[in-house]
Amino acid sequence: MKSFTYEKAHSPAAAAAAAVRTSDAKFIAGGTNLLDLMKLEIETPSRLIDVNGLGFDKVEMTPEGGLRIGALVRNTALAADERVRRDYGLLSRALLAGASGQLRNKATTAGNLLQRTRCPYFYDTNQPCNKRNPGSGCAAIGGITRQHAVIGSSDACIATHPSDMAIAMRALDATVQTVRPDGTTRDIPIADLHRLPGDTPHLETTLAAGELITSVTLPKPVGGAHIYRKVRDRASYAFALVSVGAIVQRDGTGRVAVGGIAHKPWRVEAAEAEMPHGAKAVATRLLDGAKPTRDNTFKLALVERTLAAVLTEAKG
Amino acid sequence: MATVSFNVNGEVRALKLDTRTTLLDALREHLHLTGTKKGCDHGQCGACTVIVGGQRINSCLTLAVMHEGDSVTTIEGLGTPEHMHPMQTAFVKHDGFQCGYCTPGQVCSAVAVLDEIKAGIPSHVTGDLNVAPELTNAELRERMSGNICRCGAYSNIAEAITEVAGSPA
Repeated sequence: MKSFTYEKAHSPAAAAAAAVRTSDAKFIAGGTNLLDLMKLEIETPSRLIDVNGLGFDKVEMTPEGGLRIGALVRNTALAADERVRRDYGLLSRALLAGASGQLRNKATTAGNLLQRTRCPYFYDTNQPCNKRNPGSGCAAIGGITRQHAVIGSSDACIATHPSDMAIAMRALDATVQTVRPDGTTRDIPIADLHRLPGDTPHLETTLAAGELITSVTLPKPVGGAHIYRKVRDRASYAFALVSVGAIVQRDGTGRVAVGGIAHKPWRVEAAEAEMPHGAKAVATRLLDGAKPTRDNTFKLALVERTLAAVLTEAKG
Repeated sequence: MATVSFNVNGEVRALKLDTRTTLLDALREHLHLTGTKKGCDHGQCGACTVIVGGQRINSCLTLAVMHEGDSVTTIEGLGTPEHMHPMQTAFVKHDGFQCGYCTPGQVCSAVAVLDEIKAGIPSHVTGDLNVAPELTNAELRERMSGNICRCGAYSNIAEAITEVAGSPA
């Protein structure tokens, strides 16, 4: 691990301002992904700003009847929150499908959104990777790509976003609140937080330098059956090959977001109009323009079949 | 270098450390509490599991300097050869290990798992999110999935935990 200075942040604006003063500074909260990457020297910050003391550790009702989730709320606490279990079951289910008990006790809401891909070529520092070393090429393309993206990828990168929680947040129309180094705040719809790789796969979000996530807000509950189904190589503690997060109403309408197939949570609102017509109709629209590799063409059928299972389960 | 002070197994310990030192390395290399094991050092195996503030975490994926004022319980704090924790006794009785390398992490994790179920924290296999989770074999296996056992003593580990929890497997 490269050496770094360590400091505790005392206010969100001061943290953001401090982060922008040192170009390779990083915020640290749970640290479960960042320290992993620092040990491998994939992340090499010279300055770590510990934001754990900033108090964003509460889940509160909003005046609109939704929930404001502090950026520092741990994954375990969020999944176990009574209001989340009752009104946003999809979010509890997605959180509980991810990582292990130990990791969920540490990992935070904001950190989960900002975690980096588990593409093995990103992790292997002997391989070229446009995300790790812009312009060096992509070893995954032409490599072993069973886990990789099937849609929204580019000639520069075929990595996926690994988060389960983000799939639920996308289906729930969450918004992300931030503070910028100049002290101003803004709301970012979750759909606009993560980028597709394009020619700049090292730019993963639309956050500016130093911009700090302070909370994630959910709109008021929409009812319906909340289902998160994750397909993976082990029964537990593994990343998704494909995951489907859905909210299905009694009349068959609803929403669906898919994980394990793209560089960001994959949701196509136009495809949701097909939900009363079944999984095949939805999957056809959802996966329009997909470019799978030889190793992961199976994901197209797997999305449709997983969605079919979800729609069947929703009927009870 | 940085200074940090936290409570380990009931004793306040003050350390001067390189900021890069993980909690795991602080425990093993600086405090010489070698019961906690380093397996993968990347949060994938669970051998380094300790209990901080009542919650189990991977001590390899957290910096020691981030734990100012915290209370850390390691396997040495749970029990001793003369006065074993009930979970340790049950692991011995049920042959819940072979080589023993993952065992301190398994035991710390298991103790915390029972507290998590008591606290009503759901898991991936909990049927109804709005009902208190039950202590079933499926629940234990899911909740212990962050602790890998290369020897494959899983079924005996589940039996040991079940005995401590006081219900049949």
